[in-house]
Amino acid sequence: MGAEITAEGLVMTYGDVRAVDGVSFTVASGEFFGLLGPNGAGKTTTLEMVEGLRKPQSGSVRIDDFVPSRREPELQRRMGVQLQASSFFERLTAREQLDTFGALYGVAAGRTDEMLEQVGLVDKADDRTEDLSGGQKQRLSIACALIHDPDVVFLDEPTAALDPQARRNLWDVLRSINDSGRTVILTTHYMDEAEALCDRVAIMDAGKILELDTPAALVRGLDAPVRISVAPGTLDAEAARTMAGTDDVADEESGLTITTRDPARILTELAHRDALDGLSVKGASLEDVFLDLTGREYRA
Amino acid sequence: MSTAFKSLAVAMLKGFFRDKMAVFFAVIFPLMFLALFGGLLGGSGGSKIEVEQVGKVSVLDDAPKEVRAYLKESLDIHRTSDEKAAIRKVRKGDADAMITQRGDTLVVRFSQADQVKAATVQGTFQGIVQSANIAVTGQQPKYVLHADQVEDDSLSTIQFFTPGLMGWAIASGATFGAATNLVVWRKNGLLRRLRLAPVPTWAVVLARIAVSVAIAAVQAAIFIGVGVALFGLQLTGSWPMIVPLLTAGTLSFMAIGLLAGAVAKSEEAAVGIANFVVLPMAFLSGSFFPLDGAPGWVTAVSEVLPLKHLNEGMLDTMVRGEGPGAALMPIVILLGFAVVVSAVASRVFRWDD
Ligand SMILES: Nc1ncnc2c1ncn2[C@@H]1O[C@H](COP(=O)(O)OP(=O)(O)OP(=O)(O)O)[C@@H](O)[C@H]1O
Ligand SMILES: [Mg+2]
Repeated sequence: MGAEITAEGLVMTYGDVRAVDGVSFTVASGEFFGLLGPNGAGKTTTLEMVEGLRKPQSGSVRIDDFVPSRREPELQRRMGVQLQASSFFERLTAREQLDTFGALYGVAAGRTDEMLEQVGLVDKADDRTEDLSGGQKQRLSIACALIHDPDVVFLDEPTAALDPQARRNLWDVLRSINDSGRTVILTTHYMDEAEALCDRVAIMDAGKILELDTPAALVRGLDAPVRISVAPGTLDAEAARTMAGTDDVADEESGLTITTRDPARILTELAHRDALDGLSVKGASLEDVFLDLTGREYRA
Repeated sequence: MSTAFKSLAVAMLKGFFRDKMAVFFAVIFPLMFLALFGGLLGGSGGSKIEVEQVGKVSVLDDAPKEVRAYLKESLDIHRTSDEKAAIRKVRKGDADAMITQRGDTLVVRFSQADQVKAATVQGTFQGIVQSANIAVTGQQPKYVLHADQVEDDSLSTIQFFTPGLMGWAIASGATFGAATNLVVWRKNGLLRRLRLAPVPTWAVVLARIAVSVAIAAVQAAIFIGVGVALFGLQLTGSWPMIVPLLTAGTLSFMAIGLLAGAVAKSEEAAVGIANFVVLPMAFLSGSFFPLDGAPGWVTAVSEVLPLKHLNEGMLDTMVRGEGPGAALMPIVILLGFAVVVSAVASRVFRWDD
């Protein structure tokens, strides 16, 4: 189980666009690795080079001892892929999709029921793919990627366009994939997802990896302030601003928020003033790391 | 490997037969044309003369068996004893002629309303009486008439239209099937997905070919079945040659479809391009009407159209009674066309958008 992945100096340009601009990383056997970044960061292109769908213009990829772009069946039988789109045969039922993909990998038919069970689609087995909901399609497409029990699994935005519940639901499936010792590489826009699932994440933007570490280490490294909020009217904004340890104050309709690097001192002071109504304390998350690195302005 | 090929082919076949629109346009729609042409135009070709026979008519009743069989082909004789009623029927156009015998005179009454019918009636009975006269003398007739038309019109309507409409049905089935299959699979990423599966590209192509040929075979079986059962289609000796003809034809149309699918950016565009090619091709290839009277440039253009050669080959072997050799040239041309167009398609082909 598992496979080791090494990517070195990957480059892919489309005309003037340097879609991937010198990306290197290694993924250990059994690791859950995340590629995180805004739209157009180069996540999909990187993944496609690692899968062997695109040959890097420069740099190299190894999965164990294989070069994926050679598309050797021996390697492909060990790889499970879920592409960004939901790629299904038209007008087949969920069961038939799994049977068909299974046959492509020479898998015995019995695996289909097992996979339906694993992704919770037993009830939908005889529904056509076109009639499944977005979340069900995503789960089926993951099942199709796992039908041949691969050692390494590539997932491109597996939870895109899912409601929060369906997303959590899918996380459980993804964790179970990794628990059995498979190497998993996933791309996502969602920080909480990366934080919840990945052993290590690479934050990408404009074709480059900006940071690569465990989610916890990335958050720690940010040295980000803590946000303490209280209900509106609990504390006067001016008073908050003069409190020792306050970096910044935002007085909004929803409440007053104090940004600080010394939360203990602020909380003591608030308790002292009996101003703890509707208290909430938020530390930095991967999202802050992400925004800190990639900037806050909107990019299409 | 063979399981991969088989499962892909099965998936494609299911995809086709579950697509009600595709089945309609590949099978039902062309069959509607067959029914239309066979039903509407069929009558004018070989309708019989309806004759009311009053009492005994020895030239008919005592004629030798072969002559009677021959007469049965052209006459629909209805016996009656009421001469007045029979004449009324002829007058109203419900029958074409009344005949009865008075002594040695054969009396034929007909209506001049339909002049062609009137002439046919007179000619037919003139002939019957004369051959009866010769037979009475016991002489062998010296001169015999051998009548045989040379034009395509000699094929009754259904004989001509079944191969043509079948060719059109198969052309659109194979072209649309390949074009939409390619575009849909490219757009939804299935092509790339298959590229990452341990399946050689040729297995995917071969599966598509097998499915297209199978669909063509189903179309042909339905067409010929309906033609024979409902419209009196008669197949001539080397009709099994349509199997290699249809296979080669399907390959050509698939190539057109793959080219359309490779060029088109969307499924709608692919269908549009396929339509733009198939419908004019069907007209110019004589699928809907014979090209005998067509201007020279039409005939010249039709020479480069695969459907024209498929139609010719099928007409020759299915209904014109030519030998199996007549299919050879069309098959070679169709295969050549398939190779050239596939080569062009493979140059335009992309795995993804
Ligand atoms: N086939 C292509 N032709 C031209 N440019 C491309 C192509 N594929 C990707 N690009 C460009 O390369 C860059 C990286 O694209 P990529 O799809 O890898 O980003 P991504 O991080 O996966 O984005 P998203 O989160 O939106 O999926 C983008 O600027 C994109 O426009
Ligand atoms: Mg992407």
